[in-house]
Amino acid sequence: MQSNETILKVNHLKINFNTYAGTVKAIRDVSFDLKKGETLAIVGESGSGKTVTTRSIMGLLANNAVVEGGSIQFHGKDVLKMSQKDLEGLRGAKIAQIFQDPMTSLDPTMRIGRQIAEPLMVHRGVKKEKAMSQALEMMKLVGITDAENRINDYPHQFSGGMRQRIVIAIALINYPEILIADEPTTALDVTIQAQILNLMRELQDKISTSIIFITHDLGVVAGMADRVAVMYAGKIVEYGTVDEIFYNPKHPYTWGLLSSMPTLDTHSEELASIPGTPPDLLDPPKGDAFAPRNPYALKIDTEKQPPFFKVSNTHYAATWLLHPDAPQVTPPKQIIERQKKFAEMQREAAAKNQHHQIEEEEEQQ
Amino acid sequence: MELDNAKKVLEVRHLKQYFNVGKRDEVKAVDDISFDIYEGETFGLVGESGSGKTTTGRAIIHLYRPTSGSIKFNGQEIIGLKDHQKMQQFRRDMQMIFQDPYASLNPRMKVKDIVAEGIDINHLAKSDADRSKQVADLLATVGLNRDHASRYPHEFSGGQRQRIGIARALAVQPKFIIADEPISALDVSIQAQVVNLLKKLQRERKLTYLFIAHDLSMVKYISDRIGVMHYGRMLEVGTSDEVYNHPLHDYTRSLLSAVPVPDPEFERTRTQIKYDPKYEDGSKKRELVEIVPHHFVQCSQDEIPMYRERAEKMGLSVKELG
Ligand SMILES: Nc1ncnc2c1ncn2[C@@H]1O[C@H](COP(=O)(O)OP(=O)(O)OP(=O)(O)O)[C@@H](O)[C@H]1O
Ligand SMILES: Nc1ncnc2c1ncn2[C@@H]1O[C@H](COP(=O)(O)OP(=O)(O)OP(=O)(O)O)[C@@H](O)[C@H]1O
Ligand SMILES: [Mg+2]
Ligand SMILES: [Mg+2]
Repeated sequence: MQSNETILKVNHLKINFNTYAGTVKAIRDVSFDLKKGETLAIVGESGSGKTVTTRSIMGLLANNAVVEGGSIQFHGKDVLKMSQKDLEGLRGAKIAQIFQDPMTSLDPTMRIGRQIAEPLMVHRGVKKEKAMSQALEMMKLVGITDAENRINDYPHQFSGGMRQRIVIAIALINYPEILIADEPTTALDVTIQAQILNLMRELQDKISTSIIFITHDLGVVAGMADRVAVMYAGKIVEYGTVDEIFYNPKHPYTWGLLSSMPTLDTHSEELASIPGTPPDLLDPPKGDAFAPRNPYALKIDTEKQPPFFKVSNTHYAATWLLHPDAPQVTPPKQIIERQKKFAEMQREAAAKNQHHQIEEEEEQQ
Repeated sequence: MELDNAKKVLEVRHLKQYFNVGKRDEVKAVDDISFDIYEGETFGLVGESGSGKTTTGRAIIHLYRPTSGSIKFNGQEIIGLKDHQKMQQFRRDMQMIFQDPYASLNPRMKVKDIVAEGIDINHLAKSDADRSKQVADLLATVGLNRDHASRYPHEFSGGQRQRIGIARALAVQPKFIIADEPISALDVSIQAQVVNLLKKLQRERKLTYLFIAHDLSMVKYISDRIGVMHYGRMLEVGTSDEVYNHPLHDYTRSLLSAVPVPDPEFERTRTQIKYDPKYEDGSKKRELVEIVPHHFVQCSQDEIPMYRERAEKMGLSVKELG
């Protein structure tokens, strides 16, 4: 379960890539922290830097990457300054990762039991026999039926959903403190996706791993996340609890994202869509990178990058619209509906609180 | 859409598409399905991976030779059609948009030549100038400009590439478009752009769509009617509102209960319905039966009363027995 203990702290991370065309400024000052046992979802436009951010946490950046600045604190050490050897110790033991396509992370020539057992043998020095029996337990835990008979099968003998379970088993065998899941269910259909998500939630309850979950499916985010960070053009533009982001979003990009997805009750003639395309990170704009696509952009947006404005203790958004002197704007209709719901939820919570207080007072009397 | 008087453009009857027939690894990818598509509508096809959606689309557009069955387009039987001219007309009338905007465009061809491919094959341009004008018009229709014409596919974003694919399909003035996961590879905000474009083109050109997709919210949004596939069979067909709000088959119910909804409160209380395929086992002959007007469920004769009762319990007026 969630606690207040911070286990990972990313501070002012800046990452560039050297390319023939010039320097791609992929991560432009990203900060966030991760608490023990929580699920933090990172959402945002394709190319906004979700994968690069999480790969830097694993120390897995491409050769042409240059860390321009910042730090990633994990147990008092900066991951960005660790030696290759320390990083290898980290990966697969303390921090594990699941990718979109299970086939790319499985060895097609190795029996799956052996693949699941390997991180135990490599990182913990567990003897083969013991490791194999733990692997079998893990196969059962992730719901591979008839595990005893399938432990010696090869990856291609499993369906896509089962392969993703095997990948999860490998990632979890060492009970990692952090699990990074980069679009883990995007390639799966909804039925299998639901199984995998349930499985991740159950395992998180059992071993209180913290999860960083990257996906573009906001439905999945709504069901999985405790907190959400929204990225655009190499920056986090808004973060908050899952309820704050879904019911009280403040950044126009978050508005666009939430309104462009139909729900099962959407009937309008047109879907709201965000016009235009994301900026070129070879030469990012001076002001707010979202301004050219933002119907709510103010003049200052084209000149100066907005700082984070505080919405609540847990909720921050980088948009000039939150400046006290900014004009009042009317968000899209769908967002107003969501905000109404938020107001209602807050009233209910307040009423409940009051009720509690009265009860407590009565008890004291 | 008034279904009673609507014109059928596509009639699929007992379509079977088997692969590796007679071999040990025979696959019954599509196993005896029947359905109609009406003029000007969007028919959505949903179902889990491997259920036969793509195979159905490819069989309809004649990329495969079906194992058996009948496919009529505007009353004309397509399977085994020998008349060269009629076949060529069919190949113009029906076009396909593919899932992967990266793989489906030839990287060595300029955008204008990709878009004009169908124009050239069918000799639809009177002159070079006419060809250029048609290409420019098509690019404008899909929201690209004429400067884009002499560039190569890799210079475009995913959403723009999908637009190029749509322009190519429109070049031969088709009447019917099969879109197989046309937006799955795109970013959420770009998906909405492409879906809005498809809807606008449909209104302007009276196009009929067969729309295949994983994303059930998007399929519901874009489709007038929906077919639910499972194990190569069609289990339920009806208007999208009715299939989503009043699903009759257990599989449809289970599938819908697994759809993630972008609403945290809903997600916290969501209960998923487990699926027990007892009404799908091979022991009985089952066909699509119209339980409520225009709402069909695959069932055997003795299961009909059960589905009629289900429908009545949901407040639907069941079809008169006759
Ligand atoms: N090795 C590299 N060389 C040059 N640029 C790179 C490299 N890796 C990533 N980038 C660039 O960095 C930016 C961020 O990429 P990243 O993969 O993190 O995006 P993302 O948010 O994960 O997108 P998606 O949703 O499409 O997976 C992009 O502009 C990308 O083109
Ligand atoms: N050319 C082929 N040869 C052999 N088997 C095939 C061939 N094409 C498809 N299949 C099989 O037919 C079945 C149906 O496949 P199809 O691609 O139609 O499914 P789908 O519903 O489109 O799935 P998805 O949602 O994953 O795209 C699958 O079991 C598939 O492996
Ligand atoms: Mg990524
Ligand atoms: Mg398919």
